[in-house]
Amino acid sequence: MQAKGTPDMLQDKDRIFTNLYGFQDFGLKGAQSRGNWDGTKGLIEKGRDWIIDEMKSSGMRGRGGAGFPTGLKWSFMPKESDGRPSYLVVNADEGEPGTCKDREIMRNDPHTLIEGCLLAGFAMNAHAGYIYIRGEFYHEASNLQIAIDQAYEAGLLGKNACGSGWDFDLYVHLGAGAYICGEETALIESLEGKKGQPRLKPPFPANAGLYGCPTTVNNVESIAAVPSILRRGGAWFSSFGRENNHGTKLFAISGHVEKPCTVEEAMSIPLRELIDKHCGGVRGGWDNLLAVIPGGSSVPLMPKDVCDNVLMDFDGLREVGSGLGTAAVIVMDKSTDIVYAIARLSEFYKHESCGQCTPCREGTGWMARIMARMVRGQATLDEIDMLWDVTKQVEGHTICALGDAAAWPIQGLIRHFRPEMERRIKEYRARIAA
Amino acid sequence: MSHVRRPAPKELQPVSFAFTPEYMEKAKKIIAKYPEGRQQSAVMPLLDLAQRQTEGNWVPTVAMDYIADMLDMPAIRVYEVATFYTMYNLAPVGKNFIQVCTTTPCWLRGSADVVETCKKELGIGIGETTEDGLFTMIEVECLGACVNAPMMQINDDFYEDLTADTTKAILDTLKKGEKPNVGPQSGRKGCEPIDGPKVLKAFCGCGAAPQDADASKGDA
Repeated sequence: MQAKGTPDMLQDKDRIFTNLYGFQDFGLKGAQSRGNWDGTKGLIEKGRDWIIDEMKSSGMRGRGGAGFPTGLKWSFMPKESDGRPSYLVVNADEGEPGTCKDREIMRNDPHTLIEGCLLAGFAMNAHAGYIYIRGEFYHEASNLQIAIDQAYEAGLLGKNACGSGWDFDLYVHLGAGAYICGEETALIESLEGKKGQPRLKPPFPANAGLYGCPTTVNNVESIAAVPSILRRGGAWFSSFGRENNHGTKLFAISGHVEKPCTVEEAMSIPLRELIDKHCGGVRGGWDNLLAVIPGGSSVPLMPKDVCDNVLMDFDGLREVGSGLGTAAVIVMDKSTDIVYAIARLSEFYKHESCGQCTPCREGTGWMARIMARMVRGQATLDEIDMLWDVTKQVEGHTICALGDAAAWPIQGLIRHFRPEMERRIKEYRARIAA
Repeated sequence: MSHVRRPAPKELQPVSFAFTPEYMEKAKKIIAKYPEGRQQSAVMPLLDLAQRQTEGNWVPTVAMDYIADMLDMPAIRVYEVATFYTMYNLAPVGKNFIQVCTTTPCWLRGSADVVETCKKELGIGIGETTEDGLFTMIEVECLGACVNAPMMQINDDFYEDLTADTTKAILDTLKKGEKPNVGPQSGRKGCEPIDGPKVLKAFCGCGAAPQDADASKGDA
């Protein structure tokens, strides 16, 4: 199926986050002028099943990185309470290197998120929601809290929210600088006041999450898109992007482009079009491109020849051995020390490993130390294979995906830039021999 | 975390801690956010309050004990949390706590220049504090402002789109005891392209209404 939305750019009328750049009032008045909180009561009156069906038909896949279908996830929540309350938890612990999209929603368009929380909360039988924001986003949390206070004052949240008969409370909770809390069960642990160490699954949060109660954890962008999807219909959302990859999506393009920016585009947009149309192209032109990390630091990089034609969606990027992740596009031109770029990520994962699982706690350290030597070429050729082997020992052997996330960038490097690693080793050895 | 974080040595630790009435008010409001019997959830925000209240922007061990009592949880559980999360300073830091992001997206855009400029202008290395106690500089991992890279956070504020020159200008302003303009230093407002929004122009032209709210009003 041909990607819709190409060759023309997504039109503004189809953009959900119209105050993405923050030129308008983020508060309630501004939000209402942009169509937020319009007929929310009517959407709730259509009932829980209608909301979940509409979300399923929209084809929305979670925007936090894993890409699990949002409507389906909601349907796992118990329809009747067994005495325990249900909770909605919003993952606003944005920290995947390259990713800075949820930040813009929270500081510039927070009412999209708040209205989405009410609708999602109602759909999953939750009377309370917690938004877990990374602690560094102080001003973002501040704007969000102001917006929540406004919503309470206007009767949009709290008892009988929007006059719908549904009671819903929403709280902001700040983290304190741990990347791992972006993992949903670590986030729940953290919200309970503990170290952010992931839990084994099962039980899944829909059965036993926050305080042992049924919980759904969703990304900010997923929830903030809900009001628009319900107002316009699942069919509208699914008209963008290829089969199985529907909707509009925030892309954050950083690194070596002329004009880095965040932009909402149709899913399945070709990477090159995204960079050329919205970012003024790669610094020094497309031919000066070395590699792109298309979905935040955890996904493997793609060399230029893959970048030439790849489509920016879940399936397109998986087919080329990478992933959409958070759609944080990190662009690297030919001036980049690609081994260092990845070694720095290894350092990141070493720093952020929670220390619970041995393969990750020890493995991230091993990988970072070997990578530091690879930058200088201070290694032997067979150590490249050994490094590959270490990544395979970590991958899939840990409770959460941080181990995988630490392994994949290195695997991508070895797969595509092995000759560069070998060149450094040979030059280093020649130098010390001399 | 794979690096060791331990409380400051005894010589630095104060002998007592208590929330001021103003902070106590905030603490009570925070505890009320969580269901009855789940007050332990408030441990992170309360540690943050303790850090904000303490001279030197850090969490002394007595504050951890105080919070443990307040939330009716074992002290060791509070120590665990305080040492796990990197935003809690376990020893005093300078008045301006500089955190330079050096993760790959910032590094690609020149974070090394930012680090070098800080070192040169302040005469300190990473993890060090100036003699006058005005500045502490550390290196941190991704702060989530990657399209505005390179960036640094000073106390609660992000300074983005930095160059060596704008970094120096910010430090100079702080040295004078003044407050630099927060946000991108390149002239753009936020995450739009540097030469202005390419999309959503109808939503960006009017420029009306209050923009970023005053941080002090938000009680996040």
